[in-house]
Amino acid sequence: MATVRIPTPLRKYTEGKDEVAISGASIRELLDNLDGAYAGIGERIRDGKGDVRRFVNIFVADEDIRFLDGLDTKVEDTDEISIIPAIAGG
Amino acid sequence: MTALTYKATPTIDAMVRPQRVEGITSLIGNTPLVRLGSLERDLHGIELWAKCEFTNPAGSVKDRPALRIIQDALARGDLAGKRLIDSTSGNTGIAYSMVGAALGIPISLVMPENVSEPRKQVTRAFGTELIYSDPMEGSDGAIVLARELFERYPDRYYYPNQYANPSNPLAHYHGTAIEIWQQTQARVTHFVTGIGTSGTVIGTSRRLHELGRAAGRDVRCVAMQPDDGMHGLEGLKHLPSSLVPAIYDPSVLDDTIWMPTDEGWDMAERLAADEGLFVGHSSGANVAAAVRVGAELAAAGERGVVVTILCDRGDRYFTPLEWEKHYVW
Repeated sequence: MATVRIPTPLRKYTEGKDEVAISGASIRELLDNLDGAYAGIGERIRDGKGDVRRFVNIFVADEDIRFLDGLDTKVEDTDEISIIPAIAGG
Repeated sequence: MTALTYKATPTIDAMVRPQRVEGITSLIGNTPLVRLGSLERDLHGIELWAKCEFTNPAGSVKDRPALRIIQDALARGDLAGKRLIDSTSGNTGIAYSMVGAALGIPISLVMPENVSEPRKQVTRAFGTELIYSDPMEGSDGAIVLARELFERYPDRYYYPNQYANPSNPLAHYHGTAIEIWQQTQARVTHFVTGIGTSGTVIGTSRRLHELGRAAGRDVRCVAMQPDDGMHGLEGLKHLPSSLVPAIYDPSVLDDTIWMPTDEGWDMAERLAADEGLFVGHSSGANVAAAVRVGAELAAAGERGVVVTILCDRGDRYFTPLEWEKHYVW
């Protein structure tokens, strides 16, 4: 299972955990499974059409999935996936 | 053959406004107020105005608090032999860097690592030292790290803490609010703006309430926050899920508008396309909030003069294009 790093504003869905282990062969599958495991987190990341919201950045290792294959980006069990929010405040 | 000759028109002449100042910091403040004529057309009886804070020399509203914070620290002698260290999401850092360079004060900044590349480059250009905090912890992570570094090296650093420093709202109390009052010929009825450190909304609102009361009427002051902790309005803070700044004083606010990211982003695009104002997302969100206030007044058949803030330009948010992303910036 890949490691998904959860940013502070989404930890209310993951019982406060900053990292969770989730399986999935692609980012799409992984996000589906993430929402299955932690209900409600999915709609904070993706819109009604299933696309990643335009202000949410998802990285596989250090690569933004927008520069890879988007939601179809392949995920290995050894990968670390980071969901990175915008920067707040001053 | 007719020679093309330059003929000055009165309009062009009127645009020539020679100004000379003793130093770059003297160009901070006194920003123009621009009318949002295109957006106003949908709002019968409402005037919509925005303060062009992007005309400050380092490009954002943060020039004001950065200058005031440093001036006040210098006056107290707090900076003697020390580096200034603070946490920032970007604009305050750029402003500190400019003021620091101009006044000869070394600056260290703690920023989340995912701050946009242009911001990192601009601050470095001024000679500032950058320290990165964990992007997963957001701007609160930068606050915590700045505090830790200060506690570890109290002799090396002066830590103004923009989130708790009274000089931050005072810059707006003594500057922004007075300018708005004068620029609207004391006609402002509503002031609306977003919360980052809350310095702008608190300092400006506090003074506008006082000025309004002295004139025998109320100026309504409305804050705006992102509607969720997971938002894309860079520079703005969702207080229910954040460290609440010590300078935040809700007693000077009449209301808070909760802004969805998409509404702010869409308005930023519309400002560029319809008003010729290419501004950042937080400015888009500010104007979207001001439009909401105006629409409510118009629907009730009331008149109003609504003022908001354009925090910075849109080009501060450029990200590298796909083919540029491996360049060494």
